[in-house]
This record gives sequence, structure tokens and C-alpha cells, in this order.
Amino acid sequence: MFGLEAKDFRLLLLVALLTMAAPFILNPFPVDSGMAQFNAGYPDLMQRFVIFGIFAIGFNILFGLTGYLSFGHAAFLGVGSYAAMWMMKLLTMNVIPGILVSVVVAGIFSLAVGWISLRRSGIYFSILTLAFAQMSYSLAYSVLTPITGGETGLQPKVTDPRILDAALTGNAPKANLFGLEMGSSTDLVMGGWVFTFNVGYYVAAVVMIFAFYMSIRIFRSPFGMMLRAVKSNQQRLNYTGLNAKPYTLAAFVISGMYAGLAGGLMVAMDTQVGAERMFWTASGEVVLMSILGGVGTLIGPVLGAGAIKYMENILSKINKDILYEWFAFLPDGLQDFVITLVYPFIGKGWHLTLGLIFMAVVIFLPGGLVEGGQRIAAMFKRKKPSDNTPDGKTTPAE
Amino acid sequence: MEAIILQVLNGLDKGSAYALIALGLTLIFGTLGVVNFAHGALFMIGAFCAVTLSRIISLSHEVVDETQTDFLGNPLKVEVPYVYDWFGQAAGDTIIDWAVPLSIIFAIPVMVAIGVLMERGLIKHFYKRPHADQILVTFGLAIVLQEIIKYYYGANPIPTPAPSAFVGSFDFGIMLGFEPNQIIYPYWRIIYFGFAAIIIGAVFAFLQFTTFGMVVRAGMADRETVQLLGINIDRRFTLMFGIAAAVAGLAGVMYTPINSPNYHMGMDFLVLSFVVVVVGGMGSLPGAVAAGFLLGILESFASMREVLNVLPGLNQIIIYLVAIIILLTRPRGLMGRKGVMED
Repeated sequence: MFGLEAKDFRLLLLVALLTMAAPFILNPFPVDSGMAQFNAGYPDLMQRFVIFGIFAIGFNILFGLTGYLSFGHAAFLGVGSYAAMWMMKLLTMNVIPGILVSVVVAGIFSLAVGWISLRRSGIYFSILTLAFAQMSYSLAYSVLTPITGGETGLQPKVTDPRILDAALTGNAPKANLFGLEMGSSTDLVMGGWVFTFNVGYYVAAVVMIFAFYMSIRIFRSPFGMMLRAVKSNQQRLNYTGLNAKPYTLAAFVISGMYAGLAGGLMVAMDTQVGAERMFWTASGEVVLMSILGGVGTLIGPVLGAGAIKYMENILSKINKDILYEWFAFLPDGLQDFVITLVYPFIGKGWHLTLGLIFMAVVIFLPGGLVEGGQRIAAMFKRKKPSDNTPDGKTTPAE
Repeated sequence: MEAIILQVLNGLDKGSAYALIALGLTLIFGTLGVVNFAHGALFMIGAFCAVTLSRIISLSHEVVDETQTDFLGNPLKVEVPYVYDWFGQAAGDTIIDWAVPLSIIFAIPVMVAIGVLMERGLIKHFYKRPHADQILVTFGLAIVLQEIIKYYYGANPIPTPAPSAFVGSFDFGIMLGFEPNQIIYPYWRIIYFGFAAIIIGAVFAFLQFTTFGMVVRAGMADRETVQLLGINIDRRFTLMFGIAAAVAGLAGVMYTPINSPNYHMGMDFLVLSFVVVVVGGMGSLPGAVAAGFLLGILESFASMREVLNVLPGLNQIIIYLVAIIILLTRPRGLMGRKGVMED
């Protein structure tokens, strides 16, 4: 269906169901219980899951398929954000024009950057993209202040022209979709549980499902096959008389547009933008997401983005008091000892956990969480012959 | 003229730091063929060696001083550093004052040990894997090292002053026959530059004039042949990794008075140092050093007011701009050897 094989369609359906039911799935604990802090079903975090999911899906089209490791993808996200913000300031607070323009602008920008960067490969390509991203970041911070707002960033103001909805006066401008405000949500109370349905989240989720669908189509297309050929042996590709550059450039622009889309959605959800989202650590984050989830697989980057954002928001909230509560059953001395051991890894130290997990994945599980899942699954059904083709969602790119 | 000399001087200290880090990166790449994204973290650890040593030196204990009384008339308790007990007050003060230079002695074994441990424990397993994997695992290691330092030392910069003898500035202009106060330059930056020059000279001399260095150079040129001659090149390369780590660490130790160390200083320098290595030419030691100073000086020229009036923001992007131009026109870098990572 939709031009997909049955397996891919099942995967798409699964992803669609999971994202649509996310407010239920991510809120497994009643509000009053001690475990409520593990609930991830609040709008802000769910929006981040899907937006960074889009970002990682796009990054994976470049890195997963062609093997070109870009360390500057956050620049496209930032450019997309600024473009969407300007649409909101000049045209309308409706999110649709903003998101569309962010994709187009990021696409044009990535075409320019890719055109130059793709003249080299390997480590040089990484450094070139890094250099471009850092340049954009520095410029956004300093010279381009009239456009980017410099250190304060940009927010929509009541005084902005907003040609299309000039009628809007007085109240603070809010992002909306034909009058439906992005920030508005409905709470559903069921016993001890509270589920929040947020308009912004569902808009972003629909966009992500579409983005995921496009990525499946790209993975399964002849074009995707060419990209895999670039990764496995570019020289041989050249010898057969094919020029790899148009393909890699197309992949670069597509992944840049995905990044721009993510940037536009970020602005649509939370109407502000600052230069720090273009900093190179932000580019590093999307690399972490893709690798952690499983690079070159369809579902991997989404999983990785979810895992990292969950850790960032939930793990970092745990503090010493909560730890004392958890380990209260231990004798006093042992309790203190365990807490001293655990404490560096949670709360403000969650980056340490992230770094360790990331290193472990690169060392032991180059296929990421997806490969981990495959291995566990393989342990349980050992009887099947090993040459059985793996199912659609876990096919690595090579 | 004064302005030009001043900018060259201003560029030297940052250029020295770039050159030292880039030298270490190139040593590692040239010997082991590994792209080490954790090198900035080594620079940062070096800086924190200085912080640690100055804390150790000023460890103190409480002593009741009978000659002084607090406002209630009780004898006052004073903190007395242990070094006072051992060396007397005058010598003790000097030792505390000179904590940063003393840290050099402390940092060398620590950094070599960290470097060797890193190579044997982690990087050894990544020789056969693609460069992207090496970048990723060392990037992860950099995050881990950075977070460990942040856990123990906090997120704020820790001021670590230079010895009081070197506080203040030196009027360089008078020496060259200019008006007083035209070209003023802090003493510590001159020392940093001199120190960097000594370290760079020592590394080159070590590689050029010792048997060990000769074997390492031979291994860089043709590893297999050296192994066939019955030489354990791996052990020598491991030690070179330690030396590269020590070079980065020493650059960090001496940089502390210029810029108070914080946990993310390594990452800030790492990106620029990579650009420096690429501009200099991957695998070329003189290239790394030359490019380090060149970019440091260019950066300081680009931040002159006259330049900024014409091209605002140039100081922010000059290094990246130069790198992009060099990579596109001379992919091998300024002094890159033929055949080393050219694609």
C-alpha cells in the first residue's frame, strides 16, 4: 500500500500507531505515584521526540546510506528555524507557510554547503561541514544580528507586521494552524492517570509520519540503492562510469531539508529561536542519536532520538532526594555508598551516562539499539536458519 | 607598524596553543592513523592538572595562633599550608606562587600515563575500523572525560594565576624604538610562546636526533617493513601517543593563567585544532605547527578595528574561511605529504 511492500507498510503502520497513541504509552504511571517522574507524556517532551526524530531520520539518509559523516547538520536546523520565524513575523502566525519556507530555505542553504563540501570526502568532508556550521553559528551571533537577533534570539512581537493576519492586535501572538493554537491541549483524566493531548504534538507527529514514509520510499528506491553503492565502494561506482556526486548531493540536500523541517517545527511548537541551536554540539547530538539507534536502519534514528531526549529530560530530573527515597530499604551505610556510586550518572551528570552508553554502542554494537534488539530476538528463536532475510525494519544499509 | 607588530604578538599565544594541540593530533594521526577527537579533552585535563596541583600545594591545616586574637579575645585559628611547615614561610609562599610552572613536572607523567592507557585500553581496538568509527568513539570518550572533570571540579571556570613575578605587562615597543605604551604585551604570554617553542623544538629534536625517533619516523613511512626488521613498532607508537597526550596536556597547563580552565575548554579548542591540522596538511608535523601560528596570527589581525569596520564579523569566521579555501584549492593542506588521506 502507498507503494510500499507489506513489511514496510506494517512498520509504517506501527510507527503511526505508536506516535498517535504516544500520550497513552508514554504516561504509564498514575500522577500521584512515585514513578510519575518517569512519565514522558507531557507535550513539550513529546514534541521533542518527534521533531528530533525527523532531524535524525534526515541525518540518517545522508550518513546511513552514503556514509558521509556530516558534523554540521545543526546549521540547517537553525536556518530553517530562522526562516520559519521570519514567516511568522512578516506573514502570519499560521504554521504552514513557516514550515514550508523553512524546508525550502534549508534546502537552498544545504545545496550551497553540499556543493562545496562534497568535493571532498572522509574526514575532510566532516571538517568542511563543521567549518560551515561554525561559521553560520558565529555569523548568527555577531554580524547577522539584525536578521537573527544575535544573543537574544528572535520571538514574535505584537508589533510585527504579519500581513496576512493584520487583524491580530493586543494579545500576545501565538502559533496556530488555522486558528487552532499549537499550545492548546486537552486533558483526559482516567482514574489516577492524566493523559494530555496537545495540538502541536499531533501536528508534528503527522509531519513525522509523513517524513518517515518518505524515508522508507527513499531507502527502497533505486536512488537509495545508488546511495548504498556510494557507501560500499565509491571507486567501483566511478569505474562503472557513474558520477557519484549528483547522488550524494541530492542525499545531502534531502537531509538538509529534513533538518530544516525539524527547525521549522521547533519554531511552530515553541515560538523562539536562538543561535545556540546551530552550535556544533547540536550537530554532534544528532550524530549520537543516529548511531545510538542504529545507523542505516529505518527505525533506528527515531529510537535513538527518543532515547536521548528521554534521558535528557527524565534522567536529568532525578536528584539526591529521590535517590534516598529509592534506596531507603538498604541499611544506612550501604545506602550512602550506593548513592555515591549512582549519583554521578544521573541529574546533572546525565551526559556522562550518555557518553558511556554511546561509547559502548560504538565499541560493541555498531548497529545500535536495532542491532541489540535483533541479537536478543535471535537468541530466542535460534532454530530458524541464519540466512533468513531479516525483516524490513532492521535491514542495515550495507 | 605598531599595530601590525601588536597583532602578530597577540596572535602568538593562541597560535602557540593551536600549534601544540595540532602537533599532538598530527603525531597521533601520523603514527597510528587514528583521528583523535578526544585530544581537546587531553588539553583540558592538562589544565586541570595545574588546578589539582595548586590545590594540593595549598592544602592546609588549622593552627591556633597565640599572638592574634579574634574580637572575643580568644586565640585566633589560622589556616597554615603544609608547605609552610616543611619549607618555612618564605619558601612556602614561593612554591604556592609558582604552582602553575611546577605543574609541568606533575603533568608530564600523568598525561603520558593517561595517553598510554587510552591507546592500550580503547584506541588499539579501532585501528582496523573506519575513520568514522574512530571519530565517533573518541568523540564519546571526550564527552565522558569532560563530564568526569565537570563532576569533580564543577562547571565554573577556576582562576589559576601565574606566578606574581610574571603578572603585568612588558613594554615591547621601547625595545624596538617606538613610543612607550604603544606595544604592551603581558609577560605570561611571552613565556607561553617561549614554552611552546621549546616543546615543539624538543619534539622535533626527539624525532630527528634519537634512535627512538628515527624508528618512529621509519614506522610512519612504512610500518610493515619496520615490523619485518624485528622492531616492536606498536610499543613505540603507544609511547608516541603518550607523548602527544603530554604535549596537549602541557599546552593546557601553561594556558591556565591566560584563560581560567573550565570543563568545556577542550571542545572549544578541539574544533579549531582540527581545522589547523587540515590546513597544515594531515600527517605533516611542520605543517601543523606553521598552520597553528598562521591561523592564530590571522585571527588576531582579523579582529583589528580597521578590518572589522570593512568586514564586520570577520574575526569570528576567518579560521573556517581559510580552512574552506585551503581545502578546496589545496586538498593536501599547506605541507601535506602526497598520498596521505587525500580523498
